[in-house]
Amino acid sequence: MTQTLLQVDNLSVRIGNGDSAIRPVDGVSFEIRRGETFALLGESGCGKSMTALALLRLLPQPAGEIVSGSVRLDGEELLALTESGMRAVRGGRIAMIFQEPMTSLNPVMTVGAQIAESLEQHKNLRGEAARQRVLELLDDVGIPDAARRFGEYPHQLSGGMKQRVMIAIALAGDPDLLIADEPTTALDVTIQAQVLDLMRKLQREHGMAVLLITHDLGVVSEMADRIAVMYAGQLVEQAPRDVFFGKARHPYSKKLFAALPDSSKREQRLTVIPGTVPPLNQVFYACRFAERCERAWELCNRQQPDWFAVDAEQGVRCHLADPTLSPPTSSDEQDAVAVARSQPSTAPPQTLLEVNGLKIHFPIQRGLFKRVVGQVRAVDGIDLAIPSGQTLALVGESGCGKTTVGKGILQLLNVTAGSVCFESVELTQLKGEALRSRRSDFQIIFQDPYSSMNPRMSVGDIIEEGMIAQRIGAGKAERRQRVAKLLEQVGLRPEHIHRYPHEFSGGQRQRICIARALAVNPKLIVCDEPTSALDVSVQAQILNLLQDLQNELGLSFLFITHDLSVVAYLADRIAVMYLGRIVEEGNVEDVLENPRHPYTEALLSAVPRVNDGDGRKIIRLEGDLPSPSNPPTGCHFHPRCRHAQAQCSAEYPPVSEVSGTHQVRCYLWDRQTGSVPPE
Amino acid sequence: MMWVLLWTDALVFALVAVIVTFVLYARKHEHMRAPWREVVRGRIAVAALVVLMTYTVTGLLDSVHFRKALPMQDGQQEVQYAGDVVSLLDGLLGDLATQVEKTYSAPFATTLYTRETVIAEDGTQQRIFPRLKYGGAHLADPVSERVGDIALRSLRALGEALLIILLLYALLSAWLGRRWNTGSAAAALRMLRGETDVPWRTALVTLFVFVFLAALIVNLASVWHVFGTDKVGKDVLYQTIKSIRTGLVIGTLTTLVMLPFAVFLGMMAGYFRGWVDDVIQYLYTTLNSIPGVLLIAASVLMMQVYMDTHPELFETMEERADLRLLFLCLILGITSWTGLCRLLRGETLKLRELEYVQAADAFGVAKATILMRHLLPNLMHLVLIAVVIDFSGLVLAEAVLSYVGVGVDATTMSWGNMINRARLEMAREPMVWWSLLAAFSFMFMLVLAANLFADAVRDAFDPRLRAQR
Repeated sequence: MTQTLLQVDNLSVRIGNGDSAIRPVDGVSFEIRRGETFALLGESGCGKSMTALALLRLLPQPAGEIVSGSVRLDGEELLALTESGMRAVRGGRIAMIFQEPMTSLNPVMTVGAQIAESLEQHKNLRGEAARQRVLELLDDVGIPDAARRFGEYPHQLSGGMKQRVMIAIALAGDPDLLIADEPTTALDVTIQAQVLDLMRKLQREHGMAVLLITHDLGVVSEMADRIAVMYAGQLVEQAPRDVFFGKARHPYSKKLFAALPDSSKREQRLTVIPGTVPPLNQVFYACRFAERCERAWELCNRQQPDWFAVDAEQGVRCHLADPTLSPPTSSDEQDAVAVARSQPSTAPPQTLLEVNGLKIHFPIQRGLFKRVVGQVRAVDGIDLAIPSGQTLALVGESGCGKTTVGKGILQLLNVTAGSVCFESVELTQLKGEALRSRRSDFQIIFQDPYSSMNPRMSVGDIIEEGMIAQRIGAGKAERRQRVAKLLEQVGLRPEHIHRYPHEFSGGQRQRICIARALAVNPKLIVCDEPTSALDVSVQAQILNLLQDLQNELGLSFLFITHDLSVVAYLADRIAVMYLGRIVEEGNVEDVLENPRHPYTEALLSAVPRVNDGDGRKIIRLEGDLPSPSNPPTGCHFHPRCRHAQAQCSAEYPPVSEVSGTHQVRCYLWDRQTGSVPPE
Repeated sequence: MMWVLLWTDALVFALVAVIVTFVLYARKHEHMRAPWREVVRGRIAVAALVVLMTYTVTGLLDSVHFRKALPMQDGQQEVQYAGDVVSLLDGLLGDLATQVEKTYSAPFATTLYTRETVIAEDGTQQRIFPRLKYGGAHLADPVSERVGDIALRSLRALGEALLIILLLYALLSAWLGRRWNTGSAAAALRMLRGETDVPWRTALVTLFVFVFLAALIVNLASVWHVFGTDKVGKDVLYQTIKSIRTGLVIGTLTTLVMLPFAVFLGMMAGYFRGWVDDVIQYLYTTLNSIPGVLLIAASVLMMQVYMDTHPELFETMEERADLRLLFLCLILGITSWTGLCRLLRGETLKLRELEYVQAADAFGVAKATILMRHLLPNLMHLVLIAVVIDFSGLVLAEAVLSYVGVGVDATTMSWGNMINRARLEMAREPMVWWSLLAAFSFMFMLVLAANLFADAVRDAFDPRLRAQR
């Protein structure tokens, strides 16, 4: 038996015909050894998923086609197999799990039946034998009470559970290779930690090889043995984990590290990779990265670089690595540009927005007469204050109500109780015209740059809309002038004014959204996960832009996010939310370096990090976020908390002051009850 | 000559104006142009489009009505007009309307379909099939000359059709050659090889078929009854062609009536939710649960009674029949908006949660503006698909309703009325089959073309299919 399990040579894929044909995979070669985790890293649209689908010969039909190359599993050529032979390989010897657990399971089949289906296909197990095996598998993937879950339907399971079921289905065929396509991207960090843990455990037990496809450097750092970086359809670098994180050779890999936001980069601008991944419907004659590479020189624009093996394990596709050439020595990496952050001045800054006891409940209605039978307490009494010119980050897992807070502040949702005070004006009391005219003061930027612009309107019309509604600018000509200026301000060109949203990339669209919000001269912008749909390199561009705008215009941000590294980079203060309430609030340094609430601790420890070594101890959170329609008694967090005491389930803990700027709601820090803070 | 503008004429031309405006508007907007370009690239769609255009042109010609001036009598001061309203199409069809035989005759027959007792020259009574007054009247010996005459005329029609198509081909080549800057010869060659984006070759071939059919009618119908005659001796081909307008009017005007209900109520229900939604939902579920035919029958009969008691309202028979046709469109429209309304409500519920609608809310944009600017344009593709698909259903509905007896006026020529009459004709011995066949084949061609075209439109506008391309 050889070491090599899967050998891919010069694989090329083409989609479509004629001029518009796309080549998402262009001459990719790699090998995966038995039992190892091989990570394929890259930005969206660079061909990672297509590579995986090509291995299983599942390319979109009829357009997709494997043009050349070979894929050998244990020496057997997969591309030469018949379709029926291939079916035995899929799910049997190579299994795959997908990004979106919500749509990968059939909603009308029970969980057990879906796993049994795979067993019947590949192991020829039926009836009681199959049932026994399904229960074993469910146990294996850490689903408690397997016998009951067997008969449940996917909608009865949470996202993390569904992904576990997907893994169980993949394991049913006892595969040699598991392809995991962004397996945790759709999950929260605490759930992600659980699933990654599970995958590691299963890999050890079954001796599978894993092909992990991801864009997340943190996940790669935690999981992978060897790493290949993909860019525009080609592999640009391949190296073992330690070598890659120690000394990556390709400029693109280096840039990826530099673009990651983190607290140590607070005083500087993030390094950005200018531009975007080039479209793949062209024939390349030069290095694909050349136009975004600052170390590119004349040769790079003339000739495609070959693959250079640095040593037995590491290889790179870059002219810089060619020993026969002498590239111009550069001034090494661009110096990190320091930014003058708006330092909190000695005088306490004026409070722009003050939220007190904000509650937003959604009634649950039943029956013919819409009787109210319960309330979803999406936001259940929170207090916030945002000083002008500063950034408050609202952090929490999905479903904790943070987006609802943002919309409640903007009066886009009906507030159940509490007050929202903006420049000492009570917004919840404003109605009709009075509210309408104040709307220019607070704006919102949404998460998904694809659904936040009307596809039927040109960019100019989109940005102008708010100005017309707020009667800013006299006449069309003046407004158009302002639109052009705004476009320049966010780093686009004024001639983009007549284009339509679909002509722009994700990052450019987010810039347009920012310009749209700026058009009405707001003082506060609610940023609802503005970078979570973007790639790392583009995320850095947007974060830099937001930072600049804050410095220039003195804007305040309410930054809603689940990404703690972004918070560490951008925010001044941070509020951690759990199930409709804020559990901890304080200055960024205090909370991130010295978290007091057990939930904050767990959240921080669950984030996969680069270069963190093995010193990190991950605090596992069991179970999922409870339903906000029926929250646990007392402290909402106590069922998942490792420090839970008797009083935690009795009553919600009061605010405890850790320091003048740091509050936490937990009995562990309550002076009156005098509990001993844990180590 | 006095022009007459019937109610349906006015609405048909209004509709044409709307469509022309829409086309001009769509030409300037890329997101609307792109799917249409996709539509006209399919061969089947282009063939279907040619068929539809032929029907439409016929229908439009039949929608320009006038009354002929009667010859001046001696001492008459004012011009008197004929009592019957005719259309441009009647003018083009020439004598077809007036060549009335005594009763049934088969297609291309020279004699009647029934025996009659005639008194021969020698005074004896004979039971024979008498010669027709018009059909094949120009032949001395119909038995030996008939086939030759038909073949000759068909051949001449073929020659004429070829000539016309070649002329069109040349014109098209010149135009395209200029547009592509390749010269007309190169453009002609590209079309012939089928290398153009828009399948011009298919369009020309389909057009040729229709030009040939038209030429056949022109050449044959003047001396033959191509589809025979009906019970009172009227030419069936003439009736079938005149029925085209009725079918098109029902198919299009009903949509015009239905759209405002469906679009505005659907959008309001989806966007405002709450009690507005409850009321609108209540309205369409109630309307949906009443059998449509019952409602239509009741309203049409009421209308009938009203028109019978107020004869002074109508100057001519045609005006009366026309009003009934319009009323049928109205009532069909009122009963058929519920499906589209429900669809649009659902889509609006989805759209209103989209972030660009919320962004507009955050700007304080007025609700009406949000509806018009953000929701309506994003619903238009659904409306378009529904309209095109509904069209063929409505043409068929007219036939069914007329068959039941609550459709268009008995004097209006329509496929439904023809099929209704065929009920008795089929029961006769020997059977009269040509009426039904003529109505069926004309209707079939229209509905098939509409369905094929609807398929192409749906494929081009469906975002899920577009993503796969």
